[in-house]
Amino acid sequence: MKVLVAVKRVVDANVNVRVNADNTGIDLNNVKMAMNPFCEIAVEEAVRLKEKGVATEIVVISMGKKDCQEQIRTALALGADRGILVETDEELQPLAVAKLLKAVVDEEKPEIIIFGKQAIDNDNSQTGQMLAALCGYSQAAFASEILIEDGKATVTREVDGGLQTLALNLPLVVTTDLRLNEPRYASLPNIMKAKKKPVDVKTPADLGVDAAPRLKTVKVEPPAERKAGVKVETVEELVDKLKNEAKVIS
Amino acid sequence: MSVLVYAEHDNATLKGATLSTVAAAKEIGGDVVVLVAGSGCAAVGEEAAKVEGVSKVLVADNAAYENQLAENIADLVVELGKDYSHILASATTTGKNFLPRVAALLDVAQISEIITVVNENTFQRPIYAGNAIATVESTDAIKVITVRATGFDGVAAEGGSASVEAVDVAKDAGLSSFISAEIAKSDRPELTAADVIISGGRGMQNGDNFKILEAVADKLGAAMGASRAAVDAGFVPNDMQVGQTGKIVAPDLYIAVGISGAIQHLAGMKDSKVIVAINKDEEAPIFQVADYGLVADLFEAVPALEKLL
Repeated sequence: MKVLVAVKRVVDANVNVRVNADNTGIDLNNVKMAMNPFCEIAVEEAVRLKEKGVATEIVVISMGKKDCQEQIRTALALGADRGILVETDEELQPLAVAKLLKAVVDEEKPEIIIFGKQAIDNDNSQTGQMLAALCGYSQAAFASEILIEDGKATVTREVDGGLQTLALNLPLVVTTDLRLNEPRYASLPNIMKAKKKPVDVKTPADLGVDAAPRLKTVKVEPPAERKAGVKVETVEELVDKLKNEAKVIS
Repeated sequence: MSVLVYAEHDNATLKGATLSTVAAAKEIGGDVVVLVAGSGCAAVGEEAAKVEGVSKVLVADNAAYENQLAENIADLVVELGKDYSHILASATTTGKNFLPRVAALLDVAQISEIITVVNENTFQRPIYAGNAIATVESTDAIKVITVRATGFDGVAAEGGSASVEAVDVAKDAGLSSFISAEIAKSDRPELTAADVIISGGRGMQNGDNFKILEAVADKLGAAMGASRAAVDAGFVPNDMQVGQTGKIVAPDLYIAVGISGAIQHLAGMKDSKVIVAINKDEEAPIFQVADYGLVADLFEAVPALEKLL
């Protein structure tokens, strides 16, 4: 069966981001970019499904500026078979991404579509669930274990109080939580091979989708800073401060 | 203007997060209607009717809603939600699961994890793990929103007297079914509702050592949390994780033990009123947000702390 994996290009998780000078967003000048960490887990899961003989082909898709090719190549080096880039310089919000993906799903007809549970830039956690809704598919968000057998999926999900296990029809949308797997690194030979794998480039217009943003960002500001605290020398001093200064214990 | 609030519950009791979501709804303005969808959930409906500021409670009691399956709940909320100006759910794993489906089916954007209501169309939400706060404005006819509980002081659970109305809408998409759940049972307060939290990180070295934190938690009536490093290392279960991708908490007192303070962890707890850090590395970033920092070996400091409480 065919597996589609969606990956997002984001600011590297180790970068300390700063709000830009005109308060319109994050300063992206000379900032290291990378594949969203949850999307790495999604790619890894697809590769494992192929290694188990469940998946026959892995298609990786990304959307945004031309640079997103880099993240597609990374996924190809990790084991995806071919890539699709939906290229646009316009801002893409989750609903637009889901609509563009729906158009691709209609063409490609994958049985399993894997997303990261959220992107670490806008922290929305929406796109996978939105695609599932638009396609009328079942969904398993925040997955920590995926089993595909006899044309059905059994997925364990991380929920607030613990874990929940569901039986789901295919086609299925899965979003990955942290503990689904530990992604591998790409080997140099595979990075070289990935350069020869095909990447198809489309535009929102090619897919017949209106991708205009629905939400307007009025401004972006740094969060309120916490006041610098004090160091205490002993446990006794700590307890005294908590009781008599902060008054949070009695 | 009218706001539909989706109630968070376990078919027996209403969860505290709903009180914060109702508080957000009241700030938006207009009638606040609470939807309780579940199975055998009449008691939750009665409880919701007493919540301050609620004008009506809708109870959709059907086996299809027992386990909050996203496909079924979304179809229900889409049908009931069309007449409202705003649809709100708590930013819990339940709300985050089904609400984007609702937004897509209504062909509107979702605004995730708001922490401030600026006006009925404009909201603030953290982005980049809370390293920036975005003010966003929606022009959609229906605003679909998840609410971060730490952004709003919950309304009173008692004092209201809303009417309760049964809703006879059965939506079973037939796409998924429940197999099992492993929900941690604990006598301690829930992490997201606790006044005091004590969390352990990689410095705890193993799961057994969390016992010394439990002793402190027992004395303070605290909930137990953990950093991602401690969860990934297998010391403690995932539902204890505090951070960008775990639970977002804001207790009166947060005690971070053996936690270095990666930005992803800070994102989950830096709105706590008082933060205490105990760590032997004086350069640990956690000290930059801690009100009280103690540079010490946690295996000496934590038992000493417990004795003094």
